[in-house]
Amino acid sequence: MCKLDKHALQYALQHALQYLRPSTDLHNRLRPGVRLMLCVVLMLFTTYSVAQTKYPGVGRAATAAEVSAWDIDVRADFKGLPKGSGSVKRGEDVWEAKCASCHGTFGESNQTFPPLVGGTTATDIANGRVAALTKPSEGRTTLMKLSRISTLWDYINRAMPWNAPQTLSVEEVYAVTAYILSLGNVVPDDFVLSDQNMAQVQARLPNRFGLHMNHGLWSVQGKPDTNNTACMHNCTQQAQLRSELPEHARDAHGNLAEQQRLIGPTRGTVTTRVASAATSTTATSSDTNAAKSSTAHAEARALATKHACLSCHGIANRLVGPSFQEIAKRHQTDNQANTKLAQKIRAGGVGAWGNIPMPAQAHLADDEINRLVQWILSGAR
Amino acid sequence: MSARKFFGRILPATETARVPTRSSRRRFLQHTLGAAGAATLALPSHAADNAAQGDPSILKPQPHRIGLGQPVATFGYGQPSQWEKNLQRRQSPGLTRVTQSSVAFTPLQGSFGILTPNGLHFERHHQGWWDIDPSQHRLMVMGLVKQARVYTMDDLMRLPSVSRIHFIECGANTGMEWGNVAVPSVQYTHGMLSCCEFTGVRLSTLLDLSGFHKKTARFVLAEGGDGSGLSRSISIEQALDDVIVAWAMNGEMLRPENGYPLRLVVPGAQGVSWVKWLRRLEVGDQRWDQREEVLHYVDLMPDGMHRQYTQIQEAKSVITSPSGGQTLLDHGFYNVTGLAWSGRGRVKRVDVSVDGGRNWRTARLETPILSKALTRFNIDWQWNGQPAILQSRVIDETGYVQPTIGQLRAVRGTRSIYHNNMIQSWKVAENGEVSNVQVG
Ligand code: HEC
Ligand code: HEC
Repeated sequence: MCKLDKHALQYALQHALQYLRPSTDLHNRLRPGVRLMLCVVLMLFTTYSVAQTKYPGVGRAATAAEVSAWDIDVRADFKGLPKGSGSVKRGEDVWEAKCASCHGTFGESNQTFPPLVGGTTATDIANGRVAALTKPSEGRTTLMKLSRISTLWDYINRAMPWNAPQTLSVEEVYAVTAYILSLGNVVPDDFVLSDQNMAQVQARLPNRFGLHMNHGLWSVQGKPDTNNTACMHNCTQQAQLRSELPEHARDAHGNLAEQQRLIGPTRGTVTTRVASAATSTTATSSDTNAAKSSTAHAEARALATKHACLSCHGIANRLVGPSFQEIAKRHQTDNQANTKLAQKIRAGGVGAWGNIPMPAQAHLADDEINRLVQWILSGAR
Repeated sequence: MSARKFFGRILPATETARVPTRSSRRRFLQHTLGAAGAATLALPSHAADNAAQGDPSILKPQPHRIGLGQPVATFGYGQPSQWEKNLQRRQSPGLTRVTQSSVAFTPLQGSFGILTPNGLHFERHHQGWWDIDPSQHRLMVMGLVKQARVYTMDDLMRLPSVSRIHFIECGANTGMEWGNVAVPSVQYTHGMLSCCEFTGVRLSTLLDLSGFHKKTARFVLAEGGDGSGLSRSISIEQALDDVIVAWAMNGEMLRPENGYPLRLVVPGAQGVSWVKWLRRLEVGDQRWDQREEVLHYVDLMPDGMHRQYTQIQEAKSVITSPSGGQTLLDHGFYNVTGLAWSGRGRVKRVDVSVDGGRNWRTARLETPILSKALTRFNIDWQWNGQPAILQSRVIDETGYVQPTIGQLRAVRGTRSIYHNNMIQSWKVAENGEVSNVQVG
């Protein structure tokens, strides 16, 4: 019924009599009655899977210090969260010193990573759902998606600053987490975040109810959400082309001819030229104009990147400020637009699009401002 | 058969202009080759003069037939031929902002069979890659276990190992195509996909070695040893089923970019779960809601909700040749070839359409056909010079049929980013040019 080998027996003893160090000849010294008793004990302890003894000499027990050195994860139920606290005020200093260079002063920068804050409202905080996530045009900031405060704390603690991870103290992690949340008005400016009030802050996260697992993609047995059929003949009407790569994007990934094998049934398509052989040999004047305008766009875009305009303005999507394309649209019939926008860039201003101010850009040359304005008004490609 | 046509036939493929009568076409091809840096493969202008006698590649002595070749061990570690330089991992411009948190795509357009050469395996890092000293690398198994344990690479490599062929696909593969066509070639539409034979110890062996708590253990967290400390939760069922703690790929140790010396292999699951530079496994009773489980790898639905913990890569296929960015050399016969796979098991069947999904024929599946691995398919096609739209559609062993983009969008909208397994369409134009399109 219950066969005891020497290893299993030792294992059982380790469990049963924690302070008794098993020795190799232990098995031999035990009388049959004791062995039967131990057999029962062993069965009680099958709560743990048992193979430890199968591979003697492989691996070793971790020390408590080793486990705590690496066991840094914090779960949604706050298991793993170290005791401590940090204020928004302190967080602002940490942010300025260690984060702003990449993420921007207000977490708005788009330079190294999409903005951390923006896009959430007081209504979202009340509802626990970020309304802007239903709007196709909106970009997605971290705070718009964040549904677990533990995730933010854990990630900053484990991986930020990006170029020097795991260099923040526990207090700094609390503080800078609080600062980010204050930028999104989740906590007030005089807030002190701590292990004691994380749960309360969780209850204010704008997108705390924004996640679900109501889908079939977690387990191999999950149920798919589409059900195509394997029709073989006359399945559809004549196929309609719904989308193709726009002509100007042909070489956006470089010359594809240089990305294909030199032998075989096909050759790489030369994408530095336009599609058909006829037009490719003789560039028409409209091609040249198009080329000129596309370099002007590229130059203006580089200027916008250089002056960090793109950290607040997307080309087509709203970030901290309006998208350049929606600015163009609003002003398209205004013949004063050139001067107005130039003035707004130079001196800054607020109220035209919302209550976040556009900072003054006094350091830009007039010529640069004019080029940027023209670029924005012509659709900012 | 005209003399001209015959002439076309006896020349190597590079000299076979598709429409020899049209000189523009020739110039086009010449340009193609020139641009590709293959000066020596360009059309020989004297070809016509020698045509009567035959192919100079046969008639003229070749240097490699009449000279002395290179010595053994010229390269201690062999390199691909100089003629294969075009097939490189590449980035998609504008996809990411910083190169240490970015993607390099596998050039599937040049792939054969089902295995990805190690040097072409796709890359995705969150904080740059490292070449970690394996003698200093440790794996810790802890949490709801009888005994937290530490293993060196020496320890792990003493254990009984398994070798399994599996695909790995990033959850965001084909993600750029949710709204419309955005990228030109299969490298960028599908190149966050690779397939290797992985060797390592089964995760279940390690969990047993630590004695995990059978009643309470429900999930395992895997954590990487790089600066991002990337971590993902997997279920205990999955962990005990076919997950491997691997140190080797395709017969050699893992490449640094792919997690040297240790990574997790989670068959059927998206790449992010295959934690690289693996240093810690924690057994627990809840999922961890890590950054890559809450802020990323969550699929945005039209109602503004995110689907969390979407990890299985559903059945998907793509034609790798002819594919976007290629130009067909001639009318006539083509072997349409591609890859099919499913995170739920084996590929059962692949159908191919050349008329944009109206009519389908069943392709040949090449062996081996393995669970949660790439499967190669081939099918004959005569191209008559008319425009065509090539598609492939896989059916996996569960009976699931790969969806159209329309079917996916009807449920998931266009902003999900992740898990786009739509039927891919390649348009063949009359001039032989193949391009990425979407049809409906
Ligand atoms: C050197 C540039 C740099 C610095 C400095 C930096 N970060 Fe980051 N941060 C990044 C990059 C890049 C990412 C994205 C990493 C990735 O793709 O995995 C990121 C991601 C994040 C995220 C996750 C956002 C999301 O939606 O996933 C948070 C939160 C964050 N950083 C906070 C901070 C904080 C707090 C600091 C200062 C303590 C900081 N960062 C310093 C570059 C930086
Ligand atoms: C810190 C964020 C930020 C930066 C950096 C920034 N902007 Fe703005 N910008 C805004 C905001 C916010 C508004 C909207 C102000 C308002 O509502 O009146 C705005 C408004 C504008 C407007 C006027 C739109 C209108 O209809 O009145 C223009 C033009 C503009 N920005 C151009 C630029 C350019 C060019 C740069 C770079 C030199 C730049 N911005 C840098 C945030 C920024």
